[in-house]
Amino acid sequence: MSTTALDMATTDSSAKVEDDIRKKRLWAYGIAAFFAFISIATYLYSEYYIYLSVYLWFGFIYGMCLQYGRFCFSSAFRDLFAVGVPRMAVGIMIATVLFAVVSAFVTSTGLSTFHAAPTSIHALIAGTIFGIGMVFAGGCASGSLYKTGEGNMSALLVVLSISVTQALFADVAGWSNALVPESWHASAVAKGLPEVINAGDGWVDQYLAGYVWNQPVLTFATLLGMVDKSIAGSFIGNTLVGVVIPAALLLVVVYVGWSRRAFLKKRIKEKGKTTFQDELAGYWAMITANKRTAIAGLLLGIFCGLQMLVTQGLRVKFGIQNAGTLLERIGFDYGISVNGTVFDPGYWYVTTQEAQWVGWVFNKMGANNMDNIYFGYVNGIPNPAINPADWMSLALIGGAAVMALLHNEFKFKKPTLELAVWALIGGALMGIGSRLGLGCNVGAFFVRVAQGDTSGWLFGLGMIGGAYIGVKVFNWWTERRMAKEFASCDI
Amino acid sequence: MKFEKRENGHYVLDVQGYVCPHPQIYTKKALSKVQSGDVVEVIFDNPSSGESIAAMCETTGDEIINRKQEGGQFTWDIEKA
Repeated sequence: MSTTALDMATTDSSAKVEDDIRKKRLWAYGIAAFFAFISIATYLYSEYYIYLSVYLWFGFIYGMCLQYGRFCFSSAFRDLFAVGVPRMAVGIMIATVLFAVVSAFVTSTGLSTFHAAPTSIHALIAGTIFGIGMVFAGGCASGSLYKTGEGNMSALLVVLSISVTQALFADVAGWSNALVPESWHASAVAKGLPEVINAGDGWVDQYLAGYVWNQPVLTFATLLGMVDKSIAGSFIGNTLVGVVIPAALLLVVVYVGWSRRAFLKKRIKEKGKTTFQDELAGYWAMITANKRTAIAGLLLGIFCGLQMLVTQGLRVKFGIQNAGTLLERIGFDYGISVNGTVFDPGYWYVTTQEAQWVGWVFNKMGANNMDNIYFGYVNGIPNPAINPADWMSLALIGGAAVMALLHNEFKFKKPTLELAVWALIGGALMGIGSRLGLGCNVGAFFVRVAQGDTSGWLFGLGMIGGAYIGVKVFNWWTERRMAKEFASCDI
Repeated sequence: MKFEKRENGHYVLDVQGYVCPHPQIYTKKALSKVQSGDVVEVIFDNPSSGESIAAMCETTGDEIINRKQEGGQFTWDIEKA
């Protein structure tokens, strides 16, 4: 090719790339404008919709932060065990500490929307199942949402698998009763729940009412004899003792195990020897090694705390305790629980709204799935179009898409058969783990740990163990695939 | 996933379409197999894997000598230490 022809080809190619980037930017602005339109139009219809828009915009921000920082909880310990990379473990600890500090302010002012969960071995087991699942699936519950926004259809399959598994698992009855210990059955029936719920039928119902609800609800503040809502309880008990110290110690373990050797090796090369100051420098270098992840963690922590504050402020303004009341005021009463409630955590959450939309679809198809505790007694199955938490998840995908489009990182990717199988298995395990643990990596770990709830750390320990098992299986699988490729290259 | 020898000391690892943790695990395994000074050209389209691969190279001392990004596709040349 002559120089002129080469120049023309290069010019054509760069023009195409620029045009592609311009189109992606337009899509990004279009998505943001769409969400703005939804917020404004619904607000003009009824001011109550602002409550849903708060979920929407916090979800949008979470999506942008997750994509910007490549913030996926599954990679925290998976990448440590698989490739020796500590970046995400650091990012999560930064986010958790920041979230804890902001939450301490919110809690001490009496505006927290958080309720601690029961603590027992169930959180550890649930975390383990969830941890294996997130390694198989290639992303945690929140990670799969933001990766869907990057155009990754394997991640969308994971989301679908989590959603369907939860909706089925929460309502499984009949044969599953044979697996329920008699003590759970007796305890569940003795709770005296409304007859329509039929708490003595269904494995999950009897697990919840007959076992989980009987376990103690513990926070670090109460363990130290403090009151959660007091300044001492929220700042010292739940934040300093419950989050900052354990997070710092966990990072020391990560530093010693995965980061220290390489850092000190470089220092010895430069200076010939190392001192304790070099150890501190190494610890700090590990924390600041990946600025994108650290910034995302910092922003996530702050916004997660703010969401609680804003949501509780609106509850006070509208004189409500739960969005179910608002939906009824707007004119929607379908799919609301017997208590008049719908799922309305008031903070970042992922899995329950995923179960709800599939539950709603099943219900519309004729399934009687409002006779269980999960849907019928607590969360309901409102139309996904007016489900507050669904607005958050959809906007999270949108926020991630906007960020990916603006940085030219959006790419539509169809799953291969291999990835589809991993996605479905991993998603199913995460769905089961979520229902056993009453939440996912966000609801059962991130949020609970940041509020000083001891069950959060148990779920987290389970996730670490699950990630270790998942990596072992993955190593075996990839080793087999790679051996064939190496053989064809004679190496 | 495809791993092939392009020429002496230059290998190509194509993990497009794969999500975490496939790209970083395959990259680690490929780098562990080639000789010091060899280059592995890694082609991937999962942005978060890039963060993990970069951090992994930082630890091992392997050097990313060239990075290219086009339409959500990343091509990195990594020279083994």
